[in-house]
Amino acid sequence: MTRIHVTATVNGDPVEFLADPRETLLDCLRDHLGLTGSKEGCGTGDCGACSVQMDGVLVCSCLVLGVEAEGRSIDTIEGMATGGDLHPLQRKFIEHAALQCGFCTPGILVAARALLDQNPDPTEQEVRYWLAGNLCRCTGYDKIIRAVMDAAAELRGAA
Amino acid sequence: MRYHRPESFEDAVAIAAGSGGTTRFLAGGTDVLVQLRAGLVTPDDLIDLKHIPGVAEIVRTADGGWRIGIAVTGAQMGRHADLVRDWPGVVEGMQLVGSTQVQGRATPVGNLCNGSPAADSVPGLVAAGARVDILGPGGPRSLAVEEVPTGPGRTTLRPGEIITAITLPPRGAQAGDAYLRFTPRTEMDIAVVGVAVNLRLDGERIAAARIALGAVAPTVLLADAAAAAIIGTPLDDAALTALATAATAAANPISDKRGTADFRKEITGVLVRRAARIAYDRVQARTGIQQGEDK
Repeated sequence: MTRIHVTATVNGDPVEFLADPRETLLDCLRDHLGLTGSKEGCGTGDCGACSVQMDGVLVCSCLVLGVEAEGRSIDTIEGMATGGDLHPLQRKFIEHAALQCGFCTPGILVAARALLDQNPDPTEQEVRYWLAGNLCRCTGYDKIIRAVMDAAAELRGAA
Repeated sequence: MRYHRPESFEDAVAIAAGSGGTTRFLAGGTDVLVQLRAGLVTPDDLIDLKHIPGVAEIVRTADGGWRIGIAVTGAQMGRHADLVRDWPGVVEGMQLVGSTQVQGRATPVGNLCNGSPAADSVPGLVAAGARVDILGPGGPRSLAVEEVPTGPGRTTLRPGEIITAITLPPRGAQAGDAYLRFTPRTEMDIAVVGVAVNLRLDGERIAAARIALGAVAPTVLLADAAAAAIIGTPLDDAALTALATAATAAANPISDKRGTADFRKEITGVLVRRAARIAYDRVQARTGIQQGEDK
């Protein structure tokens, strides 16, 4: 199987890797770049645990081939904190105990950041619809929604 | 599996023609990658169409319609204010497909080519009178959207043929459309019934109508008898009752885990009334805005 050389930007840093064309972007992030924050829940685009932003667009990295990342900019959970400072969404998830096992959390944080980037003041309903493709089997979602709303409020206040 | 990145549809067709094995075309990939992973399809040649110029664009056509590229996503359609103003029903159908993440990748052409009778974007396109441009080894041709699917997972596309764009006709004055579906949940579900209605009014009365029904037959149905039931009427109660009766009669559903045939037929009648009402109200709202702008 011929591997293809891929050059991309991940969390602002230039990266390159050799991808089997059958590998997903999620496989490449985890297995070639060592970025294991993005999780594989279902592998079929239903659960959102592998959410990343590609050129700013929220996607499931399990539904993107690694070779499709050529020349693109990818943002993952690993790029969310600034040095040792957690992103307000990450802090609010801890404060509200918006996670239990944590498997879905990276995907939900990435998805929530994508929402707040384009809509700093979402309604609860907008948050629920936006995150409908991020499944959590532990929390029942209530704490997650509250944490996102609270982080949005803090970010608006800080702006 | 060989991965190709052609920069023209002609090259894409040539690669498919020269493959000799199984080929798949890749745009959004939300169906293709799932099939790949499940081992349902093992392509020898995977042809990524996203590097062909123009495929990610929504452009006004010379006649005042729209041309939607084959890599245009649901999210892009939802952000396009002029397209939403002209064809709200087409856009709301596409936007019901999957999650936010899926909307960032999924395309209406892929939804059509996947061949599901429950595809949410297809009834709106059928009701709108949308067409697809096709290129293949035998040259170019064009089909109405309703001529593409022939049954679950099957289409009239011939080996090596690719859809190169969807075209929507000019919207014109005094016209509007709407799509409604029934699902047990509000998000992340597959239509049990989907109904699209596209109307043109002459004053208060309906001058032209196209009605498409999803998930109630092996393919999306264009329900001519349902449209005939409301043409010439002001969509009064009698017309709505006749509409529901005709649409229910046209529906030919199966019973499965998502709903019985009887339930689907009944819901078809409910949704077609509601969708017709929404389309009618949208015409009036749109016409009111246009008259306001003229003053």
